[in-house]
Amino acid sequence: MARVSRKNGIKKTLKGKCSVPLVGLGDQQLLYEEEEDSIDRGEEDIISSEEDEVDHERKRQKLLEGISTLGGKRKRAQGERSEAAVHMSEFTVNTDGGPGKVKLSDLIGIFEKNPAVPAKSRRQLKNLRRVKKSMNSPLSKEETEKIQRDMAFQKAASEVSRWDSIITQNQRAKQLLFPLSQEPAGPRPVERLVAGWNVQTPLEQEIFALLSANKQPFTDPILTPAEEASVRAMSLEEAKIRRAELQKARALQSYYEAKARRDRKIKSKKYHKVQTKAKRKEFLKHFEQMVKTDPAAALQELNKMELARMQERMSLKHQNSSKWAKSKAIMAKYDEEARKAMQQQLEMNRQLTQKLVTPLNDDYEQDEGDAGETDLLPDFVNDAVDGRDASNPWMKGKLTEEPTQKQLNDTTEAAQVVSTVAAEEEELEAEETEEEALLREFDNNRKLHQAQESDIAGGVFLEEMTEDRAAAEDSEVSDCLSEFTIISRGREKSFKDTEVFNCADFTDGSAQLEERLVRIRTVEDLELLHHDPSAEPRHPPTAKDPPSEEKHMGKSKKKKKGIELKEVLTKETNVIKVPLTPTATDSDDPESKLDQRELIKEAFAGDDVISSFLKDKRRHEDEGKPKVVDLTLPGWGEWGGVGLKPPKRKRKRFRVKSAPPPPRKDQHLPSVIISEKRNTSLSLHQVHSLPFPFEDHGQFESCIRSPLGRTWNTERTVKNVTKPRVVTQLGAIISPMAEEELLKNKRAVAREGS
Amino acid sequence: MRRVSTDMCQVALTQDDLLRRKRLDVCRILPRNYDPSLHPFEVSREYTRALNATKLERVFAKPFLASLDGHRDGVNCLAKHTRSLSTLLSGSCDGEVKVWNLTKHECVRTLQAHGGFVRGMVVRYCGNSFFTIGDDKTIKQWKMEAPGYGEEEEPLNTILGKTVFTGLDHHQKKGVFATCGQQVDIWDEQRSTPIRSFTWGVDSFSSVRFNPVETELLGSCASDRSIVLYDMRESTPLKKVIMTMRTNTLCWNPMEAYCFTCANEDYNLYTYDMRHLERPIKVHMDHVSAVLDVDYSPTGQEFVSASFDKTIRIFSKDEGHSREVYHTKRMQHIISIKWSADNKYILSGSDEMNIRLWKANAAEKLGVLAPREREAVNYSQKLKEKFQHHPQIRRIARHRHLPKNIYHQKNELRIMKEARRRKEMNVRKHSKPGSVPVVSEKEKHVVSVVK
Repeated sequence: MARVSRKNGIKKTLKGKCSVPLVGLGDQQLLYEEEEDSIDRGEEDIISSEEDEVDHERKRQKLLEGISTLGGKRKRAQGERSEAAVHMSEFTVNTDGGPGKVKLSDLIGIFEKNPAVPAKSRRQLKNLRRVKKSMNSPLSKEETEKIQRDMAFQKAASEVSRWDSIITQNQRAKQLLFPLSQEPAGPRPVERLVAGWNVQTPLEQEIFALLSANKQPFTDPILTPAEEASVRAMSLEEAKIRRAELQKARALQSYYEAKARRDRKIKSKKYHKVQTKAKRKEFLKHFEQMVKTDPAAALQELNKMELARMQERMSLKHQNSSKWAKSKAIMAKYDEEARKAMQQQLEMNRQLTQKLVTPLNDDYEQDEGDAGETDLLPDFVNDAVDGRDASNPWMKGKLTEEPTQKQLNDTTEAAQVVSTVAAEEEELEAEETEEEALLREFDNNRKLHQAQESDIAGGVFLEEMTEDRAAAEDSEVSDCLSEFTIISRGREKSFKDTEVFNCADFTDGSAQLEERLVRIRTVEDLELLHHDPSAEPRHPPTAKDPPSEEKHMGKSKKKKKGIELKEVLTKETNVIKVPLTPTATDSDDPESKLDQRELIKEAFAGDDVISSFLKDKRRHEDEGKPKVVDLTLPGWGEWGGVGLKPPKRKRKRFRVKSAPPPPRKDQHLPSVIISEKRNTSLSLHQVHSLPFPFEDHGQFESCIRSPLGRTWNTERTVKNVTKPRVVTQLGAIISPMAEEELLKNKRAVAREGS
Repeated sequence: MRRVSTDMCQVALTQDDLLRRKRLDVCRILPRNYDPSLHPFEVSREYTRALNATKLERVFAKPFLASLDGHRDGVNCLAKHTRSLSTLLSGSCDGEVKVWNLTKHECVRTLQAHGGFVRGMVVRYCGNSFFTIGDDKTIKQWKMEAPGYGEEEEPLNTILGKTVFTGLDHHQKKGVFATCGQQVDIWDEQRSTPIRSFTWGVDSFSSVRFNPVETELLGSCASDRSIVLYDMRESTPLKKVIMTMRTNTLCWNPMEAYCFTCANEDYNLYTYDMRHLERPIKVHMDHVSAVLDVDYSPTGQEFVSASFDKTIRIFSKDEGHSREVYHTKRMQHIISIKWSADNKYILSGSDEMNIRLWKANAAEKLGVLAPREREAVNYSQKLKEKFQHHPQIRRIARHRHLPKNIYHQKNELRIMKEARRRKEMNVRKHSKPGSVPVVSEKEKHVVSVVK
């Protein structure tokens, strides 16, 4: 209080000094005075308590009031209370650094002037001012949650994938025994048997008392309480692991966020351009792989590309229509760069509008439901099953990529040639400026792309024309070719249809139950079921179809017999020399001809179908011919013994020639094999199509041929062969797979590895 | 799982291998001469045997064992006892819970658990108590033992929730259970508030199930046609797949950690790999009405489904069509189904207040089999498998009787499907190639996967 009173004293002297003190000014001056005073007084006054401050404030107010009343009858000034809102309009406030924006320096500046602030904190503040970085605004809630979910899912998925090996092993296993954690059969350890044994004799009692006093286990494998506790403490380690995982997850999330933010922030156009280019390159590489591994996904990508192409064609973005392009076209005369840029753009347009042709569509359709195929295909397809295997691709009537691609390239080449020719012509015309030339090129380019498809067709057509000139029997060729394609297409279509059916109805190899209104109670009912006429809907086509198919194929082949097919197919046509006329498209379907070409090229790349067919037919005919049976019995009515042969006369007499069979039905049909061996009554009991897991007939037949029963096999073999796949124990609860299985499996794998 | 493979030198011993052969077990035959020329016609002889075995199988196929009646309203939920095979719990639409002894086919205990429906019921992993949820917004925990004489039937614990619960499941090893209703809640048994709640933009869930193998994972079906996966340890759901129609229930495969099957309103069941939700592994069709419930066999090889069309069907987990269909004249819409823990029986609870007990394998002989009998059964089983593709055998093996209306409905569905397929084909034929893509059956039913 002493200090306060002293201050009052000072103020009183002050009062004497300044005669007209304004309220605000006086206040400031007072402060100054005070400061000076305090500096004068040295260290002792720097420290001031809160109470003092309050007291001082009040007294000062009083003083000021006193001063204001000094001027005699002056009106007492009203105490004013202002609000910030009056001075500051909410409408003038803006976020982008206007004049009213508070800067960090404004805030810190006061402290620098104030000597009361220690030097250390002043330095810190200075450093703070130098750091320009502001905090990032956090991602939106949705985004954060999405990232969190994604992370969590990935974690869970990887966790679950631990079970992969066990599950695949179980799927492959020949026998599964349930419940999983079975008590091992055989004698049990003594400890477990004597668990319920109670102590009787005094000696035993003493021993057990001792043991229990020392907390020792009575029996061997049981753990001491301390050990048990330590086992339980394992959970601590787990907790640690968990914590580490969480930390990692959090860190990962922040990395993700930071990365996303960084990427989003970059403004450089060039960077993004480079980035997209790199992405595209990567994508193309990836796409090529995908074509091999995952055709379905590749097809989707392809569709996307197709869409992009369409958009490009619609928008004409990379054509001469844009402002930029026009300006460049003007500049092109003088500027090398501009010319280059234009060329690049043209190239881009060409790339984007190029049509992609891949065989993915077919692949994709075929990959689905091949398991169920055998069950569902109409029987004629199944009978010709050898024909469609992987080794004979031409039987599928499926196309591959290369020819089409080549074709395309050819046409594009032609187009380029034409354009260059056009350019040359233009150059010959000296009056035309370069600018005009460029514009024309744009136009040409566009026209070319518009007529691209017809171009292809036209190209093919022209090629054919040249061929016509070359080959004599041209009409026959085209006839037989078209026939061939029609057949193959039909086949393809039928495949597709059946596959669609597969997809729609049967997603796997399991056949449906044949659910009827008939109830079976006795074996006789079953017998009746046999003769159910409605139960035989499939067989008639079986009997009919394969020959007809073979007929088709044979016909086409026969017609081709006279032609030098290889010559026709491998002939190179000189496309470049032919002037390209985009309007010259033939009226009938151009694509079919395109297909023909590819198809035949491919079909006869490897083997000779016709000769193999003829061989086949000859073999069938030979098999059908009657064979001479020799019924001679050596020694009958003769002398017998080693080295003695029955006489010629006798041999002749006992050789029986059976009558020649009726003429074959396909006698006059050189391209058809009609098998007459088929017995319909027998075929009712035969398997018509190759069942699912088998890959060829031989496999299936050998499987059927090997007997299982104990009439043919030893006891041990029978036991082995007839092991049921799933064995359960009577009256045992089968609990779900537990974590221990994983450990067991790991151990087993390790053991195998070592 | 104990696997037995021939290539490994591991010897798997079953009970039979350890039992001494008895006098009666030994076949008294002279050492055989296995010369194949002495035993001709092996294929035709085995074919005959296979045919006979198949016929006998169909003749002996009597799957229905017993009907447990006593409920006074439709049976809404069933629960298997985790420790006892002979105990079954059932909850009905009038809030009554009954405990059954399956061996005696009798009800041992009845309690009025809730005011409205008993929506869900689950037995704790230890088997000492069970939980029920009802339309009265409560979760109740009950002791498994019946109260003593003079004691009142009272729940151990009652939790009053804010909203109605529709599904319930218990953790495999911990004192934690999950309920669903407006959101999916994870509860600790010791607390009266959920320790965790999951929501993801939907307002009602119909079922929630814990993964029995990866015990921290859950799956739930929501009314917005989605299936949502959760991890109990995370604060957010994992992923969601939206299908064309609503999923009623789902069931995890107890032997394959990442596979689950869901019963859908569109008459189909879908088996998913939880890591790839874009495309189910398998679509299981055959039902002609909404599928209401599904349960896996404890071996994880098959599952059974209950449908609104009054039939029960058994599917192999990787086949698209059912191997068996069960129905009786009096059985109405089946609401809940369970496969018993010893892989032998199936229990179904239906609308007409009955619980039915079925054999899982219709022609199987129950009870203990003599070793020779078992060998004979194994042999005929293998024969049937071997000749299953032969048309005559196949016809007999696959023949099933169906009630008239279901039969006709099935035909109708088939015709409809065929017509749709034909139309699609025609559209494809007459439109630009590639513009009408072929969408496989598996992809057709998945609308989108939400991350």
